[in-house]
Amino acid sequence: MRAKTSAIWLYAVVPAAQRGAPAGLTGVAGEPVRLITGERLSVLVGDVPLSDFDHDPLRDHLEDLRWLEEAARAHHRVIDAAARSSDVVPLRFATLYHDEAAVRAVLSERLEDFTSALQRIAGRTEWGVKAYVDPDMLAAPADEPESDQNTPGTAYLRRRRAQRQGQRDARQRAAQRAEEIHTALADLAVGALQHPPQDARLAAYRGWMILNGSYLVDDERAQEFAAAVDSCDQRFPEVRLELSGPWPAYSFTTEDRERQGEQS
Amino acid sequence: MSTARDEHLPGQSPIAWQGQQIALVDLLDRVLAGGVVISGEITLCIADIDLVRISLRALVASVRAGWDTNTAGGTANPMAKGNIP
Repeated sequence: MRAKTSAIWLYAVVPAAQRGAPAGLTGVAGEPVRLITGERLSVLVGDVPLSDFDHDPLRDHLEDLRWLEEAARAHHRVIDAAARSSDVVPLRFATLYHDEAAVRAVLSERLEDFTSALQRIAGRTEWGVKAYVDPDMLAAPADEPESDQNTPGTAYLRRRRAQRQGQRDARQRAAQRAEEIHTALADLAVGALQHPPQDARLAAYRGWMILNGSYLVDDERAQEFAAAVDSCDQRFPEVRLELSGPWPAYSFTTEDRERQGEQS
Repeated sequence: MSTARDEHLPGQSPIAWQGQQIALVDLLDRVLAGGVVISGEITLCIADIDLVRISLRALVASVRAGWDTNTAGGTANPMAKGNIP
């Protein structure tokens, strides 16, 4: 028997009514994306070479950021393309099976999970909102004039103390702002969660990222949601907001992440 | 790429990507940490989160190398590690 040379990479679960994969779509290995059709659910997959995607080579690749970026973008490209014509439940990056029988088995084993996930996201879209503050604008103005009575030593210590207190106050105000904004946006959403703030070196922003949220919003409220983002942006001059999306509902595919205001 | 909202356009409609490159960090927040987890047959023994950390650490290192030479300083971000007070 000839040894298998490929594995199956899974992208997203879609309703079985979906006919075929979007034409011309290619995946993480540049492979054509196809559909494995089950009775009630189907799954978008690609056949990828084991030489790159078996356990060891895959682990090595994931340590290579250029590879990781390309693969992450490809994974997203497939899911995003499918999301334009159907409800989709995105699957976690790097979900691989050896053969179709195993994929079909998972589809039927997890039928309830996938079906309820599809229902949860139907007619809804994930939006990302990040908020940044300029810490200088949050800091209370230094109101302590240099006093002649202070020795240079005490003046220095007082300045240091004031600086530390100012930092603490600024952080507290930033956290309050973040909470206000998150609550206002979560009120318009059916699901809301906060991702950890992104590292400034990765995301290349200035100031502090005080919010990195995802919101699952009914499509008919999308305009209202965007207007709320604008409104927060204008209400708080020290805060800058960024809206991103529409995203496939990556962050809202499991029940326990659905609760409003949940901190991840 | 996310949409910068510096211009304060009231009632601005949600903006589709329209061919813009999505920021990698935004993508990794969702693609590596989101989506339904099912145990594949080829499983990565390293826990997902470790994988992300390892990768991000490498990315930080590579970005920092360029950053330090190009940018004097840069604002430290006390929020970056999730330590919102």
